[in-house]
Amino acid sequence: MFASILTLGGIGLFAAVALGVAAKKFAVEIDPRELAVLDALPGANCGACGMPGCAGYAKAIVDGSMAPNLCTPGGSEAIEKIAQIMGVEAQSAEPQVAVVCCQGDNQKATLKYRYLGLYDCNAAQKIADGPKTCPGGCLGLGSCVRACPFDAIEITAAGLAVINRDKCTGCQKCVAQCPRSVIHMTPRLAETHVLCNSTDKGAQVRKYCQVGCIACQICKKNAPEAYQIENFLARVDYSHAAAAAAVAEKCPTKCIRDFSHGYPDGSSYGVPTPEKLRGEAV
Amino acid sequence: MKSALKNLKSFAGGLHPPDGKHFSAGKAIEICPLPEELVIPLAQHIGAPAEACVEVGALVKKGSPIAKAKGFVSVPIHASTSGEVIAVEPRLHPMGKHLPAVVIKPDGKDLWDDSLTGADPQDLNAAELKNRLQAAGIVGLGGATFPTHVKLSPPADKPIDTLILNGVECEPFLTADHRLMLEETERIFDGIDILRKILGITRAVIGIEANKPDAIELLTARGAARQIEVQALEVKYPQGAEKQLIDAITGRQVPSGTLPMEVGVVVQNVGTCAAISDAIRRGHPLVERVVSVTGPALVEPKNLLVRIGTSLQFLVDQCGGLNGTAAKIIMGGPMMGQTQLSLDVPAIRGTSGVLIFRQQDLPRYEAGPCIRCGRCISVCPIHLQPTSIAACARLDMIDQAAGYHALDCIECGCCTYICPATLPLVQSIRYAKAAIMAQKRTT
Repeated sequence: MFASILTLGGIGLFAAVALGVAAKKFAVEIDPRELAVLDALPGANCGACGMPGCAGYAKAIVDGSMAPNLCTPGGSEAIEKIAQIMGVEAQSAEPQVAVVCCQGDNQKATLKYRYLGLYDCNAAQKIADGPKTCPGGCLGLGSCVRACPFDAIEITAAGLAVINRDKCTGCQKCVAQCPRSVIHMTPRLAETHVLCNSTDKGAQVRKYCQVGCIACQICKKNAPEAYQIENFLARVDYSHAAAAAAVAEKCPTKCIRDFSHGYPDGSSYGVPTPEKLRGEAV
Repeated sequence: MKSALKNLKSFAGGLHPPDGKHFSAGKAIEICPLPEELVIPLAQHIGAPAEACVEVGALVKKGSPIAKAKGFVSVPIHASTSGEVIAVEPRLHPMGKHLPAVVIKPDGKDLWDDSLTGADPQDLNAAELKNRLQAAGIVGLGGATFPTHVKLSPPADKPIDTLILNGVECEPFLTADHRLMLEETERIFDGIDILRKILGITRAVIGIEANKPDAIELLTARGAARQIEVQALEVKYPQGAEKQLIDAITGRQVPSGTLPMEVGVVVQNVGTCAAISDAIRRGHPLVERVVSVTGPALVEPKNLLVRIGTSLQFLVDQCGGLNGTAAKIIMGGPMMGQTQLSLDVPAIRGTSGVLIFRQQDLPRYEAGPCIRCGRCISVCPIHLQPTSIAACARLDMIDQAAGYHALDCIECGCCTYICPATLPLVQSIRYAKAAIMAQKRTT
């Protein structure tokens, strides 16, 4: 018994010494700042910064090859923390959220044909440019939902993608997936948007969608600084958000939506958290 | 005759859907009258689309070029009647998009261009013949519309010893090639002679499915004197797919990712042969083709000789209209054809048929989960695993899909047809193929 204790103890002692020496001799030097930065990042590995994951981005920040303000999901909080760690001044990028610029679900917009194939927007788009008559409208087959790492997108019963403004971190994965480029990146603080993506003339839009922009110019006449019309499509100038919100109600087709009043019809998301409260909660 | 119908050759895999040939097989080819307007798209073949070379207001004759070939893998497009060009603009194309087209208002005289002259093929060498074929806009009329002169230009290190003529017409419903073989035998044989001269070979075999015994009998009897063999083939889809046809007739298997020239074979459709004969002997470019206008929704299904650019609505009117509401319009065969958005699209060079179905002709079930029955695997003529490739496509596992040889899929549709869960297998595989090709282009 004594011999076995000695043998096992001896093996244990030898292994401990060997491991201790190896740990010192072959130690990989990690900049402690790298671990601290990784800690400050949200850890979603979403790729919005351009690196495959948070660890890669943390390394790139520490060796100086990438700017510290590229993490959109982390927002200004993460950027400030990283700036502190790195000893630089925080230059926070304006936080952004993705918005589906379309309200024409399968009840409000017409279809060219009945699509029975693969449940995927990119597959449907390959067949005669998608089942929706509108060339820019949301197909509602959920390619963006599957791409979203934050569970921030839903498809309504009538087939329209809606992005949850509380959950969206602005990583842009959905933007990359959408075959019709109907998802746009917008400033988080802006609540008023033109939810239409059709560049057809008004008369044509009327034929296939009840809630499309018909370029009637009413919004522009009432708030010339807040709206521009390009290619028969109104767009909000987000630097004049208050003026844009003031005339949103005047839109005859209701394609201008003020999200502070609620999400598009059919969405289960209700009303977004007002921006002020959201800031406190974070 | 009886002996010809024994010893049927074929390939492994495939299936035989109800073929619906009875609708139009007995109907002789009729010449379709001139419509009010011809819409001739510039993209009608595989390769670079042609470039319009006429302007609005130009007067054209039947056979005058209206668009030039852009590159080697491209062919010109010709006016299919005489008249005035009234528009050069995007129009609804059978692909489902608005693509550039030349619109001609016929003058009713239907006069051929005087500058077109024929020649005796014996006086021309292979290069001259091929140039004439390209100038005449000859493409494969089986449906793929690959420019014929490209197919006839194998590299010097790939000797060709056999010409196979595709008279299989394995797609259900279509009868255009069947009628052509019965009615235009001489033109087909003349085209075969021209092809043999271009390729410098003597062996030519016509493959015909055993469900066309009249064509087998006629071509066997008349081909014997001209050293043209006829091989009867088992009635099975996709017997007319190029690689399956070569396997059945010669026993040679075309390796994955290569062309038939790899095993010394060139395959041409019988309809293309007739067009080749016209292009050389008479100098007439490809401005018309035989189209089977058929399906249970038509009052009187017909085989029509149609000018390129005639709208499908006009063709339907020639067949007595519809008995019911069209629920599905297919250009080509039901297995590989393209579903159309409306009848307001023109017939183009690849239009072998127009099929129209009513709602009651189309049983439809909701797609369910794969039950692992393996039927798609047993019918796949390429011996792929459609269900595995489709699963990879759904999960965007593109490398794995490539590992299952998705690129070898010929999109024949057997797997989708047989699937008891009615899964859109071919669409999934096409999706994977497109993703693999996109990945290849970027790396």
